[in-house]
This record gives sequence, C-alpha cells and structure tokens, in this order.
Amino acid sequence: MATSPFFTHFDQIFILLRDWLVGYLPAAMRPAAGVVLGVIAIVCVFPGLFALTTVFERKGLGRIQNRLGPNRVGPYGLFQPVADGIKAIIKEDIVPFSANAVVHFLAPLSLVVAVFMEFAVLPMGRNMVLIDMDAGLLFFFSMSVSTELSVFMAGWSSRNKYSLLGAMRAVAQMISYEVVLLLSSVSVVMIAGSLSLPKIVEAQNSYTGIFPHWYIFTPWGLAGFVMYAIAATAETNRSPFDLPEGESELVAGYHTEYSGFKFALFFLGEYLAMFSISGLGTTLFLGGWSAPFSFLTFIPSWIWFFSKVMLSIFVFIWMRGTLPRLRQDQLMNFAWKFCLPFTLLNLIVTALWRFMGEGWLRWVVCTAILAVAYVFMGRVGTRSEHFGPRRYRYAE
Amino acid sequence: MGVTTPLAGYLLVAALLFAIGLAGALVRRNAILVLIGIELMLNAANLNLIAFWRFGPHPEALTGMMFAIFSIAVAAAEAAVGLGLVISIYRHTNTTDLDKMNRMKG
Amino acid sequence: MNAVFYLLAALTLAGGLAAVLLKHLVHCALATTVAFAGLALLFLQLDAQFAGFAQILVYIGAVAILIVFAILLTRGSELPKDGVFSRTWFVGLVIAAGVFAILGWAVLESVRAVPQQTAVPAVTVRDIGNALVGRYVLPLEIVALLLTAATIGAVIVAMHEKERPR
Repeated sequence: MATSPFFTHFDQIFILLRDWLVGYLPAAMRPAAGVVLGVIAIVCVFPGLFALTTVFERKGLGRIQNRLGPNRVGPYGLFQPVADGIKAIIKEDIVPFSANAVVHFLAPLSLVVAVFMEFAVLPMGRNMVLIDMDAGLLFFFSMSVSTELSVFMAGWSSRNKYSLLGAMRAVAQMISYEVVLLLSSVSVVMIAGSLSLPKIVEAQNSYTGIFPHWYIFTPWGLAGFVMYAIAATAETNRSPFDLPEGESELVAGYHTEYSGFKFALFFLGEYLAMFSISGLGTTLFLGGWSAPFSFLTFIPSWIWFFSKVMLSIFVFIWMRGTLPRLRQDQLMNFAWKFCLPFTLLNLIVTALWRFMGEGWLRWVVCTAILAVAYVFMGRVGTRSEHFGPRRYRYAE
Repeated sequence: MGVTTPLAGYLLVAALLFAIGLAGALVRRNAILVLIGIELMLNAANLNLIAFWRFGPHPEALTGMMFAIFSIAVAAAEAAVGLGLVISIYRHTNTTDLDKMNRMKG
Repeated sequence: MNAVFYLLAALTLAGGLAAVLLKHLVHCALATTVAFAGLALLFLQLDAQFAGFAQILVYIGAVAILIVFAILLTRGSELPKDGVFSRTWFVGLVIAAGVFAILGWAVLESVRAVPQQTAVPAVTVRDIGNALVGRYVLPLEIVALLLTAATIGAVIVAMHEKERPR
C-alpha cells in the first residue's frame, strides 16, 4: 500500500512541483532554476517555522512556569510573531558611538548567512536534498564553525565589557562542544561509510519486522545521540548552557548593543541554528525522513523529517524551562572531562560493534562497556567531598 | 605578462600571497602579526600544492591533496604553540612589541 | 581563467594585504579570515572539496579564533605609541618584493612546461579515506603524535606559573 502511486506522488509532491515549474524553462537553465526554487523554499519555510517556534517557546515556557504565554494577538496568541516582527522592524537601529561600525554591521549578517548555508545539505525527504555533496557532513560543520567568529565579531565590536565577556564565553563554550559534536558524528560516519547525508539516511531506512534500523536504537547510537544532544544544546547557546546570553548575568551577552532588525537577525540566526542542528541530529541518529514503523511508510517522508525536528525543538524548550543554568567553569569541565572521553570511548565501541558481526553478543558487550564507563566517569568520577548533605548555620 | 595556463594563474596568486605574508612577518611590530604572516605563507604553499595536484600528471594518486591536508593540520598546531609563546612572553615582559625584545636577558 | 577565479584571487589578495597593512589588530585578524575564506573558495574552484572544507573548518574555525583570543589576551586592542611598522620596514619590503620577483619569474618562465587544462579528477571522500589509512598511514600517525605534543606544549607554555611558596 505504501508504494501505490498516490502515496509515492504525495511523498514526492514538492519534487514534482519543482520539475513542473522548471519545465517551462529551456533545458540549459533547468538545474540552476531547480536549485534556485529549492533555495526559495528553504528561505520561506524555515523562517516560517522560526516564527511558529517563537510562539511555541513562549507558550511552552509559560505553561512550564505555571502561567499563560502570550495570548492577546490572535487566537491563543498565535499571531504574536507578526507583532514581534513589526516591532523589530520599526525599532530604531542604535549603533554605539565608539563601536566599530563595519564589524558591528557585518556580524549578524555573517551569522545568518552561515546558518542558512547549513540547510543546503540536509535531506528533508526522499530525494529532497538541495545539494547532494560527497562531503556534506563536513560542509555542515564548516558552516557551523563560521558562526563562532560572527559571535566574536558581535561581542568585540560593541565596545562593551558585557558584550566582550559574553562573546568570549560563548566562543570558548562553542569550541569545546564543537569537538564533542564532531566526534559523536564520526561514529555514525564509521558505520554508514559515507560523509554524504542522503546516504546516511538511506543506510537507516531498512526495517527488521516492524522496527527501523535507526542508529539511536543501538548502544553506541544512543550514547552518541545523548552526547550529540548535549553538544547541540551548548553549540546553540541554549539553556542550560546559556550563560553567554543569560539575562540575569550579562544583560544580553554579545547582542547587548544590538537593537531593532539586527537583534531580530541574531534571534533568527540562533533559532535557525537550532533547526539545522536538530535536522542534522535527526539525519544522523533518528533516521532522517524514514518512518518509525514499517507500516507507517505511507505517510510522506517530509512529514516525518519535520515532525522529528519539531520534537527536538520541543525537547530544547522543555530543557530550557526545567534545568538551571550551568556556570562557565562547570560547563567547560563537563565538556573536556566527561563528554570528550566518553565520546572517544564511544568511537571505540562503535568500531567494536562493526567488527564483531551480527548477533546478541555485540549488543551485550557494547552496552556493558558504555554503562560501566558512564557509571565510572559520570557518577563516581564526579563525586566530590565538597557537596555533602547541606548543613545549616543560623545566626545566634 | 601573458599568462596562458590556469596553473600559472594559481601559482602567481600563491606567490603574491606568499610575498604579502612574508612582508607582513618582516615589517610589522606586533608578534601576533608575524604569526598571521606565517599563516598566510603556509596557506600560499597549500594553494601551490593543490594547484599542482589538480593540473599535474596523476591527480588520482592524491599526493597533493594529502600533503595539503597534513600541512593544514601542522599549521594549526604551530599556530597554537606560537600563540601560546606570544601570550607567555606578554605575561613576562608586558609587551608584544618585537622591536623592544632585543635583549637576551630575561 | 574565468571571472570567478579573478574575483576570488582579488578577494584573497585584498584580505592578505589588509591583514598586513591595517592598524588595528582585530581588523587584521578579520581580514586574515577573509583571506582564508577566499583560499577555501579557490580550493573548491580547483575541485578539491575535502581540502576546501577542511580549510574552513581548521583555519576559520580554529586558527582565526586562536589569533583573536591571543589578541584579546595580550591587550592588542590598544594602538602602540611608536606606530605599527617596525624600524626596519624598508628592508623587509625589499626582501618580500625580491622573493615575489623570483617566484613570479620562475612561474612565467616555466609556462611552456606545464600541461594545459586537464580533466576534473574523480576523487571521492572514500578515496581520501582509503589513502589516509593505506598509503599515508605513517604521516597520519606522526601528525597525530605531533598534534598531541603541540596541544600539551601549548598548554604548558601558556599556563600561569604557580607561585612558589616562600
């Protein structure tokens, strides 16, 4: 049933639409026009999702904090992004007098450009990747590190202590967790045998019985996914790693001196980075556009991809509302002393998985190694005598 | 200057970038700019390697690209150590001005 | 020799020139980043995708940030009183010009000996991976050792010295 023409056409509806539109042009221009249409689609869809996510976040955080979110503009506050957008556009664009005008202007631009480029390699559905690059994963990470320099440019050019501190903290945090992000993706590359993201999804698109072969359902995949999720939260400066932009700490960190549309661009860049890193996480570990059970493959692949991405965004919002913020030294210690050794061990476990051959033995061995390592490094290794039961001293 | 082949174009760009990096390393006072000059020179050499790999006789042997990738890794390591040295010297002498560092006495 | 090559070459050389001529150190660091980006695009123009993306990842993502942090930690934001060019700047310029003259002459003289436009090499990442653990495994291991030594060395060199108890 899932392969009947109706469902295949519904699955490929955007590809068919693109081919029909491009068919009006001469043959020489068709590939370029197809790519341009894809770019237009990405530039329209993801900022639209960003608008939806801002409402989602404010309502969700409000509910977690036992209050209603915004509920004035439109039904259940759903038109709030329109109001926010109008506010951002009509606000005065203030540039501090002693700020470096050129760098101050270029910082949000380079951030948003780098983040938009990341979407070019994500496979959003069957055959729905904008550019199928041989080294697609490497391209994604190259664009991701370019955002770090934009953050620094923003913080330094504002000529403001708080901005500079926020920028330096943000860059240090992003560099540390970038290593963890890269290494946890390397284990997926090892098993899938390719750096090309559509091929990684293809490798996960098979089913035993009704269960899918997603990498998260393997021991190394689960450990890798957890490390990836932690590193992704730190990369996008989301709570509990949002010290660089914590309002109670640093005014607004590196985007203190930005107002109006440039601030909106930073906001857009941060949320788009969240989308693209969630997209990469679903591609690498959650099977990309493949359906969770083999009897559900009639639902289009792009619906699965976007559902998984929105689920990840929901988890981000949930974490923001629930967990307290980590201090800078705590998060750096966590990255270098726990996440990095655990991710390296995960690489070894992945290699063991690959070379042990099929069977129940590899499941037991890999799970045992990872569980023992987690207990030792995570629980026993970080136990310290400073944090015993709380003792109270009262004024006499 | 009749540049007739693409390879010659890339080699000239690399040579010019190398000269700019060399000038930067020799002309500026600040120690960090010397390191920037060194990085530019290494990058120019990488461009040379990749250009020769592309237009050379056996690109499928991947020699040029491998050499360039290892060169990128080594340059990053050398930048880290060099900048660590600059920071350490700054902590000791409170300056990064190379014209002032003309004595061996610490 | 198309327009894209000229544009990228101009971008890279402009970035390099700005990096050595500008007064403010952070501007120089950002101009260096532009030069690195231009070079990465030139690598992509030369069909070396892996080298191009590795260039962005390593140089812009690590070396440029290292440079910027070093500038911040050594108070590079303040302009020096005696000017930014060293006392012996003219000699340096002459040497650099001489080096460029020699290299340029060598390139132009040997134009006849190099091959004309060749076909695009069909190189996949899989080939690079095979080469790295096949033919080039010894350099790979040595580079790993070198990077470890450099990391440990950089940390030790830049570490605060512990105050000796008197």
